[in-house]
Amino acid sequence: MLYYILRRVLTMIPTLFVISLLTFVIIELPAGDYISNQIAALRATGESASIAKLEFLRAEFALDRPFLERYLIWIGLWPGVHGFDGLLQGNWGWSFEYEKPVSEVVGPTLPLTIVLNTATILFVYVVSFPIGIYSATRQYSWGDYGFTFIGYIGLATPNFLLGLIMLYFANLWFGLSVGGLMAPEYIGQPWSVGKALSVLAHLIVPTVVIGTAGTAAMIRRLRANLLDELHKQYVTTARAKGLRESRLLVKYPLRMALNPFIADIGNLIPSLVSGSVIVSVVLNLPTVGPVLLNALQSQDQFLAGFILLFVAVLTLIGMLVSDLLLAVLDPRIRLGGKA
Amino acid sequence: MNMRNEPEHYVNPDAFNPSHAETLTPEQERYYQASQWTIMWWKFRRHRVAVWSGVILILFYLCVPFAEVIAPYSPNQRSNDHLYAPPQTLRLFHEGSFVGPFVYGLKADIDLETVRWVYTEDRQDVQPLRFFCFGPQYRFWGLFDASFHLVCPAKDGTLYLLGTDRLGRDVFSGLVYGARLSLTVGLIGVTISIVLGLFFGGLAGFFGGLIDSAIQRVIEILRSLPELPLWMALSAALPVTWSPVWIYLGITVILGLLDWPGLARAVRSKLLALREEEYAKAALLMGAKPSRVIRKHLLPGFTSHIIASASLSIPAMILGETALSYLNLGLRRPAVSWGVLLNEAQDISVVVIYPWLMAPVVPIIIVVLAFNFLGDGLRDAADPYK
Repeated sequence: MLYYILRRVLTMIPTLFVISLLTFVIIELPAGDYISNQIAALRATGESASIAKLEFLRAEFALDRPFLERYLIWIGLWPGVHGFDGLLQGNWGWSFEYEKPVSEVVGPTLPLTIVLNTATILFVYVVSFPIGIYSATRQYSWGDYGFTFIGYIGLATPNFLLGLIMLYFANLWFGLSVGGLMAPEYIGQPWSVGKALSVLAHLIVPTVVIGTAGTAAMIRRLRANLLDELHKQYVTTARAKGLRESRLLVKYPLRMALNPFIADIGNLIPSLVSGSVIVSVVLNLPTVGPVLLNALQSQDQFLAGFILLFVAVLTLIGMLVSDLLLAVLDPRIRLGGKA
Repeated sequence: MNMRNEPEHYVNPDAFNPSHAETLTPEQERYYQASQWTIMWWKFRRHRVAVWSGVILILFYLCVPFAEVIAPYSPNQRSNDHLYAPPQTLRLFHEGSFVGPFVYGLKADIDLETVRWVYTEDRQDVQPLRFFCFGPQYRFWGLFDASFHLVCPAKDGTLYLLGTDRLGRDVFSGLVYGARLSLTVGLIGVTISIVLGLFFGGLAGFFGGLIDSAIQRVIEILRSLPELPLWMALSAALPVTWSPVWIYLGITVILGLLDWPGLARAVRSKLLALREEEYAKAALLMGAKPSRVIRKHLLPGFTSHIIASASLSIPAMILGETALSYLNLGLRRPAVSWGVLLNEAQDISVVVIYPWLMAPVVPIIIVVLAFNFLGDGLRDAADPYK
């Protein structure tokens, strides 16, 4: 098991490199950079006083170096102006727009992003699991039809439109805003029980909005997997032996159906994280989503790059956890197919 | 003495009739002689929901070539007298007598307290609709000038079936024109994705070895990335100076660029299975080039499956474009798509006062649902084991 975990974590390293390179290519795609665009704007207005300062900044952040060197400086594998000082050394870069280090800009939003995504994944697990079992064991019952129907609608309704619709009705009926992740009086306050409760209460709407499509998909998968198992001969045999229905279900078919269920949630994580970014923008949640949108629009490259990388790493860690969970459940994976 | 009780060797003296063993009924014969695509069509027809979804989608897609004819206004035509006008109800009876389809005229008064226009129906002002009429001019398919419309407002009247927005632009006409971009973005994106998926999946599946594992790694990495943030970053990189047509093409390429890994994986696994079949080996032994074997012998075996799976990613692309345009990262006016229209609904306090700005949500959800059902039906029909 230890060997498996080690191998699984080690394979993440090359993946991380490729992803960081990809991220860097993407944020460097727009013509020029934040500062050279500002310089051009200042030149156009004939103002040359502050250009010298900007030229200094350009050199300071190594924006005048060739592409590969810039990338290596960014991740901290090449000495920049101040020696090795990149992501690997814990320096997340500089936000030109806010004129602050990236860590100060995104810092407060990171925990909430992680909390929101974890809550969504838990929501998908907790809701789809019992409903999936119910639908499979009571196939073609009214409950099954009801859940299937709701599932189809949930699958097709895009999460950001769902967020918009919920926002609209909450405003119309209750006159309250469902946006934000905590009551206004707690913003900027230190953490307390009251603040934590407020965050929990505000988490419900975004979690449901982001998780609905995923939950619907998971219910369908679990139902199909479990139905496949329930029609097999060993179930009939067990029933003929007089095994209790509940024990019969939990002991064998459920365990077989559980593997694809966990693996599928791993595959679902990228789309859940995707959803959390746009739903955060729509519902105005203080996660990395709105910051990313802003940074992309103003070409604040290091800020955007860091957030893209963070979101990708979050996804990778989610998939890692789901893989490890799978290994705990399934000895065939843990032992590397030797058995 | 035959102790083992074996039957004596016996040969039927009659002439052998090959069709004697089983005679096919005309239906069976039709079935066995039908092509793969015909069988798929028969199976698909049995799937009621999928068929109806297809019909609905065809109706929506009619807006693509005929938007100018269907919409009563052009999408960017402003009316300063009708800012945020509410939807006009279509009626048939005026004071108990039948007049055919008409709308009541709108009377605008300014409310000085909230500083906004308040519209009331003028019950005396009957404005019957005109059908097959000549209205505002447009250039049809960029070929010739025309002014023919399916429906026009009465002379000097208005026809805002879904209200107007902040600049007095008709929302209904916007939806009709918006279908043009919103509905085609998925088709072009999926085409790009199929081409890439076939190419990389084909390489990986047919040659195997080092190429296979390299492509597999790339697929794994791309699949583990959250799509939307990448779409956002890529479309933010599109130059602002580009014309709407180029932005549109850029966005379709971006949508297709991240979608191919799923398809490539399907192509690869199918190819790996089919490559081992005797007919593929025979073709190789006879000296056929790999490209010919893939195209002539292997591809037909799973084209239908690929098309069916690809159709399931069209709704994701439609939603992708909508999300990007909604966030101001995608298309911008004067281009009109459903996402661009939804952009007007960004401020929720405005939407609460003028709820008709949310209208684009309805066609988006209908189209996405229909594509999901259609894709499910197609996939079932393409599956030979069902």
